[in-house]
Amino acid sequence: MKPPVFDYLRCESAAQALEALHQYGDDLRILAGGQSLIAMLNMRLVRPAVLADIMRVKELAGLETISRHAKRHLRIGAAVTQSRVLECISLASDVPLLAKALPFTGHVQTRNRGTVCGSLAHADPSSELPLVACVLDGQITLARTSGRRQVGARDFFTGLLETDRKSNELIESVEFPCASSGETFAFREAAMRHGDFAIIAIAVKATTEKIVIGVGGGASRPEVRSWPRLAGSALADALNQLAWELPLQDDALADARYRRHLVRELGQAAIGEACA
Amino acid sequence: MSEMKRDARHVIQVTLNGEKRSGFAQPRMLLSDFIRHELGATGTHVGCEHGVCGACTIQLDGRAIRSCLTLAVQADGCDLVTVEGLTQREAELSLLQRAMKRHHALQCGYCTPGILMSFDVLMRKNPKASDQDIIDVLAGHLCRCTGYANITSAMRDVLDQIKSNAGGDHV
Repeated sequence: MKPPVFDYLRCESAAQALEALHQYGDDLRILAGGQSLIAMLNMRLVRPAVLADIMRVKELAGLETISRHAKRHLRIGAAVTQSRVLECISLASDVPLLAKALPFTGHVQTRNRGTVCGSLAHADPSSELPLVACVLDGQITLARTSGRRQVGARDFFTGLLETDRKSNELIESVEFPCASSGETFAFREAAMRHGDFAIIAIAVKATTEKIVIGVGGGASRPEVRSWPRLAGSALADALNQLAWELPLQDDALADARYRRHLVRELGQAAIGEACA
Repeated sequence: MSEMKRDARHVIQVTLNGEKRSGFAQPRMLLSDFIRHELGATGTHVGCEHGVCGACTIQLDGRAIRSCLTLAVQADGCDLVTVEGLTQREAELSLLQRAMKRHHALQCGYCTPGILMSFDVLMRKNPKASDQDIIDVLAGHLCRCTGYANITSAMRDVLDQIKSNAGGDHV
């Protein structure tokens, strides 16, 4: 399996990438780490006329905490690999859910090249980073030649491999809010082997008043629910209802019944950990 | 911005196992194919060509990566190490390779070059790796012969040897 033919642009600035997006639109794909895109090219699932490589663009390689609306956020540029984020010493205290979920994102060999923003752009409903972005209410910055806009993660993912990104827009960065005191997090996943796409993944954020639970692999995009701090049979009922609300289907990996089981079991385990 | 047209062959320069090398690649050429066909280093194996099996794993700028999920044009100017680089450094099988042999950690050997390249990074970057760390790295590789137990114990053996030699000569 080899990629089809395409022209290759090696961008040296974000402006060059935006100009290329403006010129080619849907015929162009941004190439960052390529860990989803090159697999798709090899399988001929996409056939762009042009690839614009942004991995050498220094201004997109920023990884920093910023302050927005008096709250700290971790901002991750489009050319930042998943490994670089995971190796960030302050990650476990700044964005604990990301620190818990990243080890499940592919394997170390793919995290070494794959980017956080690239995973969001690919929008696989089973992948961990879109799920984390939705549970934490992350913000995605989209740039085009004439300006930029921010979209909340819960509005960004619109369907299977589909996002709110317009054909002339570049995902410039993503911002994850840093954890406040009193917030706790948990992540659980079942996959065929560690690092494979999730059959079901559960991400939880708990505060003193409520629980935010997200399910990956259960629908065409991450599903998020916000509940009061349920426990006991009320929690079991809520998880069961959530499992039945999801459009779970049988496929080669697992049947719908097993997936419902995973939503209930992993949901219990994750909420139990976050609320302990 | 440099633009490389689809039908043209572009000069790609890399450092392969410490040696400056160059070859030609169209934009669509995978790094795995460039290493094997242009540079003639056929120790890197090609399995699934979509990032699942790990057979094509090499080191790029010191990190283990999938050469089938990387284009040759992306690697222009980069430092590459392939399985050939393990023995060149020592003119005989490396500590890790000897352990793999001793523990019967390979049978057909198709997956072995990729596993060696991942483990080589692990033993240098994290010589105190736990069994779980070994399994996490090995999860990025498929082996259809051994069942992984022997591969894991080979790596454990190497890390234990490094620990007992700590302060002494480096591997």
